[in-house]
Amino acid sequence: MANKVIYAVYDDPEVLKGAARKLVTSGVKVKDVYSPFPVHGLDPIIGITRTRLGIASFMFGITGTSLALLGFWYFMISDWPMNIGGKPNWTLYHNLPAFVPVMFEFTVFCAAHGMAITYLIRNKTLPGMPARNPDPRSTDDKFVMEVRTEDNHGHSAEQITGMLRETPVFEINEREY
Amino acid sequence: MHSEAALREPLILGHKTYHDITNDIVGPIENKAPRGWYILTTIAGLIACYGIGCILYLFSKGIGTWGLNKTVDWAWDITNFVWWVGIGHAGTLISAVLLLFRQKWRMAVNRSAEAMTIFAVIMAATFPLIHMGRLWLAYWVFPLPNQFGSLWVNFNSPLLWDVFAISTYFSVSLVFWYIGLIPDFATIRDRLTKPSWKKAYSILSFGWTGNAKAWTRFEEVSLVLAGIATPLVFSVHSVVSMDFATSVVPGWHTTIFPPYFVSGAVFSGFAMVLTLLLVMRKVMHLEAYITVKHVEYMNIVIIVTGSIVGVAYITELFVSWYSGVEYESYAFINRATGPYWWSYWAMMTCNVISPQLFWVKSWRRNLTFTFFMSLVVNTGMWFERFVIIVTSLHRDYVPSSWNMFHPSWVDVGIFIGTIGIFFTLYLLFARYFPVLALNELKSILKITGESYKAEAAKQHHH
Repeated sequence: MANKVIYAVYDDPEVLKGAARKLVTSGVKVKDVYSPFPVHGLDPIIGITRTRLGIASFMFGITGTSLALLGFWYFMISDWPMNIGGKPNWTLYHNLPAFVPVMFEFTVFCAAHGMAITYLIRNKTLPGMPARNPDPRSTDDKFVMEVRTEDNHGHSAEQITGMLRETPVFEINEREY
Repeated sequence: MHSEAALREPLILGHKTYHDITNDIVGPIENKAPRGWYILTTIAGLIACYGIGCILYLFSKGIGTWGLNKTVDWAWDITNFVWWVGIGHAGTLISAVLLLFRQKWRMAVNRSAEAMTIFAVIMAATFPLIHMGRLWLAYWVFPLPNQFGSLWVNFNSPLLWDVFAISTYFSVSLVFWYIGLIPDFATIRDRLTKPSWKKAYSILSFGWTGNAKAWTRFEEVSLVLAGIATPLVFSVHSVVSMDFATSVVPGWHTTIFPPYFVSGAVFSGFAMVLTLLLVMRKVMHLEAYITVKHVEYMNIVIIVTGSIVGVAYITELFVSWYSGVEYESYAFINRATGPYWWSYWAMMTCNVISPQLFWVKSWRRNLTFTFFMSLVVNTGMWFERFVIIVTSLHRDYVPSSWNMFHPSWVDVGIFIGTIGIFFTLYLLFARYFPVLALNELKSILKITGESYKAEAAKQHHH
């Protein structure tokens, strides 16, 4: 039997959340949801874990701080120490206050861009990528729930659509793949 | 679902559906632009061309074509730089600081305010770049190995801090703006039918799908970027102020500069946002999204920041007397009563007195009055920078070198030109980009939409 993918289209995020909860409690795995804006509270229902992008950003940030410090030490202290306004650059420690602004800016620079690049790669959103949402209305006003039969061996496609029909669904589309 | 107190005014007027929001914002991109857009773009474009012409003339002849002299060796160039950077502060303040404070009204204004920020920072960056005279050597501001010169750049100098602050601010604002734009470009992509346009927006939308995990990441990135962009906004104008404050020129050598510059920047930035938005909401029929309440909120920010600026002016004046330093006192007496008294009093009137008029509720809710005031504030803030820079420099320690500053036509041409370039970029943005954050507005529609609120109130009474 060919695998089937079922798209249940809803027109309200709260209705979709209720339907997803109903399906999940009956043991159906919801593959994904495509929506025009974030549906708050949906992630725990369909089993999406928290993203670690915040941690990544912190890592990029401290990398930036370290690189900046290393740079100051090399440029200003080690390679070519200058005596500016009677304040010689003999040690990093004594000159650190003057380096704080650039250290801060570079930390932010690395944290922001590192995280943004990671985000784009993880989402597979890069220039030239084709659109991969199953229904073009999902970026306008429809909320599309995707259920695959290969994830749900305990239920047939008919059983799943039956369950979906009991919810206030807008329309149901089935596709073989 | 999260519901909002009935006392709060709705942020989206009338009865709108999700689809209506898409229609209202994407419609103007699909349809032919109104004639007014072509007229305005032509005017702005011509002014921009004149400005670019003046810049090219400057490159061919040198900085001597400006009105600078030995005493006033920093004038309109740096005034315009600080003015534009200041204007560039509102966008990130609205999108980052107000995101952290969970202010929902930001959602109708953040997109265009951020666009304005980016264009304003580009205009600001133009000035130090052309001031270098030899633009092709501009990369010397970055720490590069010795064969490019005899020394490394000086990390003790606020001018170098500025290079880092402005470039970080520009690039982070751009990324923050673009990440918010991606889902909205996807909305346009999925709606357009003309193949060439669909292709263009498909490239811009980076293949956005809008699946649940993508939105989780989107919200995390927005929050973290807002968190790190907030101190960044405050740092940028603080660093700009240190270009002056770390020098020993009377009138510049003041510790109050960083907070005073930052609040002045927010003050002028909000004024410019109002100038642009009041026109845009009318021309693009966005009255349902950018409501009188939004304008009122922004005017309240103008009162607060304008008052901080006012207190800073008076503190500065008091400290110059209280310090007992004759040069410092003279610098301030000279500002108010010297040959540049008119610029000082223009600044005082526009920045200290005029924002106080917004205490009257009916005035701060009056759109024509607000538009007029936004122009007054922008003028005042330009004069503030002119006063700080030129009046502090024109009276040296040695009276024999006292001099006045007279701008040349190149000074004027470049300044007017940057306004032209700025408006050209903004008009192109308004024509081809989603001017409101569609995805964010849809997420608050059923919470703060007028008809939804009325319905919720009705149910509550039963």
